[in-house]
Amino acid sequence: MKGVVIDDKALLMAENDTVATALDDLEAGTELPVDTDARSDDSATGETGGASSRVVVLEEAIEFGHKIALADIEAGEKIYKYGEVIGVATADVPAGAWVHTHNCASTRGRVDREADDATALGAGGDPR
Amino acid sequence: MSVTASALADRIAVEAGALVRSTPHQMGSSQPEAARAQTERVLVGTGRNPNVGAVLLVALGTEAIDADDIADRIAGTGKPVETIAIRDAGGTEATIDEGTKIARSLVDSIEELERETADASELIVGVECGGSDATSGIAANPAVGNACDRLVEAGGTATFSETPEFIGAEHILADRCPDDETRKRLLERVDTREGMAQLMGVDLRLAQPSPGNKDGGLTTIEEKSLGAISKGGTTPVRGIVDYGEPLPAGGGLVLMDTPGYDVESVVGKVAGGAQVVVFTTGRGSTTGNPIAPVIKVTGNPKTWGRLSSNIDCNASTVISGESLEDVGQRLFEDVLDVASGRRTEAERRRLEEFAINEIQPAELVELRGESP
Repeated sequence: MKGVVIDDKALLMAENDTVATALDDLEAGTELPVDTDARSDDSATGETGGASSRVVVLEEAIEFGHKIALADIEAGEKIYKYGEVIGVATADVPAGAWVHTHNCASTRGRVDREADDATALGAGGDPR
Repeated sequence: MSVTASALADRIAVEAGALVRSTPHQMGSSQPEAARAQTERVLVGTGRNPNVGAVLLVALGTEAIDADDIADRIAGTGKPVETIAIRDAGGTEATIDEGTKIARSLVDSIEELERETADASELIVGVECGGSDATSGIAANPAVGNACDRLVEAGGTATFSETPEFIGAEHILADRCPDDETRKRLLERVDTREGMAQLMGVDLRLAQPSPGNKDGGLTTIEEKSLGAISKGGTTPVRGIVDYGEPLPAGGGLVLMDTPGYDVESVVGKVAGGAQVVVFTTGRGSTTGNPIAPVIKVTGNPKTWGRLSSNIDCNASTVISGESLEDVGQRLFEDVLDVASGRRTEAERRRLEEFAINEIQPAELVELRGESP
């Protein structure tokens, strides 16, 4: 499998991803130790000394295959999986939250054609 | 040849014995030109597919599509082709009787054909995904992609399709095009498919990802596409052909521009010459094809647990630690075995879904480059 498995619980597909995929049905409160080195590569602080790691705690139960925010994501920010943009946040998403249609929307194939204005969807996310 | 003739083609296939298959469909009676040309291309390509030994075309006799023309285009391969028209044969019963006789004699006429050894370089393998979930992009699709890389390395052709499921990942495919012309053509096709949804006043997000995809953890079309394209492997994108258009042998990785409906998409690739199809499913799809064996692969351990009788390959082992290379090698061997005659689970169960894509009115407008 490509990517890095976090503690047998979740899969990080690429270094700069802001979400991981649950590899099991995870309960609220589950802790995921996340290595933050990858995201601080361009940090000017020049800190050395290996893995600075932090723990992401699941805010809610997240089902197998569903996504977990690994960092706080602000509304309007792009969300990354596979090292690529999979959509934008339609609400503020705290680290440890479930990321799905209620808080993440596509920027493509839209009747409104306003790729950058994902909030046009409203907080509901899924237009059905 | 048409919806009317399809019912009789089904009956004849049942009466004529174990080697005969029908390809019933709803098109052919009266379609606008571009749509009719596509139906013709699929009928001709299905008949010309190397898996087919002989062909009986069943028509009502009033179709806009000319059965004799289709027969001639199939007969160019050298295989025996016959036609029967319900109006000329004297009605339903007479057509079934006469058609069954013709079909049996066609079977007799090819019975002495012997199986010959062929190299993997002569294989055209269609890859498809249906009922995708988060495991598709993590396990099943990259494993199939690894098998595609092996096939291309061996000199064969791999093809995948469903252009709406390139949206959000087209830049990765474009980077793998060896020349500007292929790149431009690919990006134009993606634009057209993305535009079609908008032209019909349909927000793509309503249909993509599907409700099932969403239950399985896929949130956006970009996420679905990024997982979907991994089933084609990592080799250069050599070209993109139309729905049902002939695929080149020895062509490497070639894309086919099709809609995102899996049965129609599989039919397009088989009409393009694919002799074997590898079909990944996360949620659990059981569909097959009447002409080409369909190898079902899942990356979802729960789906494997529930539906293993319908699935040929368990790729969920990728999640528990088996390497993509090992699963890819297993799958490549499965493809060679199935091409050599091993029956797939869909074949055993006679799952033989067939549907020809119909170009919709709004799509015709888009194809002509007009505004609605």
